[in-house]
Amino acid sequence: MLPELGQIALILALLISIAQASLPMLGAHRGIAPWMAIARPAAYAQLILVGFAFLILTEAFVTQDFSLRYVAENSNSLLPMAYRYSAVWGAHEGSLLLWALVLALWTAAVARFSRALPPEVISRVLAVMGVISVGFLAFLIFTSNPFARLLPAVAEGRDLNPLLQDPGLIIHPPMLYIGYVGFSVPFAFAIAALLDGKVDARWLRWTRPWTNIAWAFLTLGIALGSWWAYYELGWGGWWFWDPVENASFMPWLAGAALLHSQAVTEKRGSFRGWTLLLAIAAFSLSLLGTFLVRSGVLTSVHAFAADPSRGLFVLIFLGIVIGGSLLLYALRVPSGDDDGGKPFELSSRETLLLANNLLLATACAMVLLGTLYPLLADALELGKISVGPPYFSLMFVLLMTPLVLLLPFGPLFRWQREQPSRPLAMLVPWAGLALGAAIAAYFLAPQGPWKVAAGVGGAVWVAAGTLRFVWTRVRGNGTRYTAEMLGMTLAHLGVAVFLVGALLVEGLSVQREVALTPGKSLDLGRYAFRFDSVDHRVGPNYEADYGTVTVFDGERVLAVMHPEKRAYASGGQVMTEAAIERGITRDLYVALGESLGDGAWAVRVHIKPFVRWVWLGALLMMLGGFVAAADRRFRVKADAREEGERSPEPRPAVSTATAAVAGSIAGEQA
Amino acid sequence: MNTPTPRGNNSRWLPLAVFAALAVLLAAGVWLSRKPNREALPSPLIGKPAPAFSLPVLHEAGRLLSSDDLRGEPYLLNVWGSWCPACRDEHPVLTRFAETKRVRVIGFNWKDEHADALRWLEQFGNPYWVVVTDFEGKSAIDWGIYGAPETFLVDGKGIVRWKFVGPLTDATIRDELLPKLAEVEKAR
Repeated sequence: MLPELGQIALILALLISIAQASLPMLGAHRGIAPWMAIARPAAYAQLILVGFAFLILTEAFVTQDFSLRYVAENSNSLLPMAYRYSAVWGAHEGSLLLWALVLALWTAAVARFSRALPPEVISRVLAVMGVISVGFLAFLIFTSNPFARLLPAVAEGRDLNPLLQDPGLIIHPPMLYIGYVGFSVPFAFAIAALLDGKVDARWLRWTRPWTNIAWAFLTLGIALGSWWAYYELGWGGWWFWDPVENASFMPWLAGAALLHSQAVTEKRGSFRGWTLLLAIAAFSLSLLGTFLVRSGVLTSVHAFAADPSRGLFVLIFLGIVIGGSLLLYALRVPSGDDDGGKPFELSSRETLLLANNLLLATACAMVLLGTLYPLLADALELGKISVGPPYFSLMFVLLMTPLVLLLPFGPLFRWQREQPSRPLAMLVPWAGLALGAAIAAYFLAPQGPWKVAAGVGGAVWVAAGTLRFVWTRVRGNGTRYTAEMLGMTLAHLGVAVFLVGALLVEGLSVQREVALTPGKSLDLGRYAFRFDSVDHRVGPNYEADYGTVTVFDGERVLAVMHPEKRAYASGGQVMTEAAIERGITRDLYVALGESLGDGAWAVRVHIKPFVRWVWLGALLMMLGGFVAAADRRFRVKADAREEGERSPEPRPAVSTATAAVAGSIAGEQA
Repeated sequence: MNTPTPRGNNSRWLPLAVFAALAVLLAAGVWLSRKPNREALPSPLIGKPAPAFSLPVLHEAGRLLSSDDLRGEPYLLNVWGSWCPACRDEHPVLTRFAETKRVRVIGFNWKDEHADALRWLEQFGNPYWVVVTDFEGKSAIDWGIYGAPETFLVDGKGIVRWKFVGPLTDATIRDELLPKLAEVEKAR
């Protein structure tokens, strides 16, 4: 009975979303206040209904209702309780329901926190979000119904994919979706602005914190996914350029470009068209990511559900939403002449941010190309081809090197016009320090000297350059160190930390695979790994070979590690559970291979220096996104909407004092 | 230098044009995945003798396996690499089929690092009777291999009888491979 209620709630939510997508939009167009007034209640009603449906599905998983096809396919009576909750989004139907729920949450949040905005704007924005909601709810109801019955009910379910039975995977998809779907807010504002015909700083200032928060969640989601792949797939890598990873990385890159471009447009009025395009692109890439994952068009470890009719549906939806937005963009984007931005010279912060945008956008395009290339080759009958990590690694090094080199200059350059010698003089000592550190690292590194030198040098350069900016600001009297600046500082330091992790683990990792019999030891680096035993253990829904390895650092016992090989009861899928001894400067990683007979086992041991810094860097970037979003300026200015608006006409060069108030100019006092 | 916003009337249409091209490609992708049992790329090899090869065996350093060693009984040659995600999808299907011991399944490890290949088999299990390696991909050219996975059925006389491009599915094995194999076994 309950599942039918969930079904009804979804259908009601679809009807309401149709109303939300149409009436407020028409109302805003014709100036009919009662129609516009529908937008907010509709948003709240949708949240309640979709939330209710989600609870019902959760309840079905907790009580193991195997008369629901979706539950029977993705759960099992042996499944531990925690995974019964996460199994809700363990496969296609449930993850779409989660998508719809997250969209309803964002929509309701926009409805709630937009009191300061004019009713026409918020009506259009909520209507655009309503259109997206219509698409997803229709997709759910017509092609991927989580409440479809399986009659007669089966006695036992098939079980959740063992890959997903992991704590990291409980929160990875929700965080990722909050990020993906969060980009619908700047997207909806961009569409509203294009429809309105007025592309001004108003919507921008208001959306900036939303973009920041969405991007921060996406960063967290991607980091969790990478962390999961590291310890669960048993390969010891942290990024594989898998199509599904790429699908989440593309909106991240576009979002990172959007963050920077929004700052320019909001503060200086420049790059309006570009910011609108990036806002459309970031969300479009989120939709594309959903399409790629859900349609099964690209084969991937992650593509758990593949069904062409679903692919077709998403493709049509994609065509309407993205195609429609870009058509609108082409028709309505302000041309360069009446752009309204303040003019700037070649040597200015604007130019640097433009370079940042172009590099990030190019990186995004090259990930898209690499991800779709196999599909292109397939469509042209060139056969099935996989584009491997070498392509991505090479392109990324080429594109990210200039980004890292330019990064410290960005905050130190003035808006509009800058004497390059001034920031250059500030950074020369730090460039020297970075170079010195890189040279030292080159000669000290036991292996992979180039990578280690690049990692150390790049990180010192970014960190020192960023701290130089902090020092300039803090020393300058009469200027606040705003939350926005603090967020930027944290995120840029995150880049430095990430560089250490990514390049040092690449350069310094050592690994060995050997056959060991109990009692035998393997020496690797300064550590000795003694293989003690392999026992048989029974878990809740699996049986495992449970290894014991004692690690010695000289004479001292450093750790006792337990790598496992699990065979899940349903389906017999074998999973490697690597044992990891964590450390801030290195991880020790032991994975159990196959039994070689006579008590001998294949054992694989890795030493991964600084691998944690990869995720630590990502966490800092995330934190930066949240902190920047908390800047008071975004709230204060949004309240004083009339006064806060920038004049659309280009003004003559503003005085330094005005600029200091309007924006945040680094080194103004230097 | 002012702003990068599109000035002309053409550049503002560029994003839409790019998306249109992308949509066509994705539509092609959906269309292709609608017919998972689509005809394999016609192989000129079918009905002809399999290319002669002599390749190193993955698990035994120094040992070579040649096409002559495989004469007498039919065998299935499965092209894979640890770098190929589709091979991971195919792996359980192939494993189930190999367990029926209907025919020898030879792994053709293509353009792969030795250690990566071993690790891949160690993690997912080894369904192959024997695995030969073609690191440089020279022998693969003789076979006309475009990508991985690809699968060839060769009969006891060394004639290629069937070829499949892309990951094998249970349906492909049931509807195509098994009938072809029955034909091959009857003719012997």
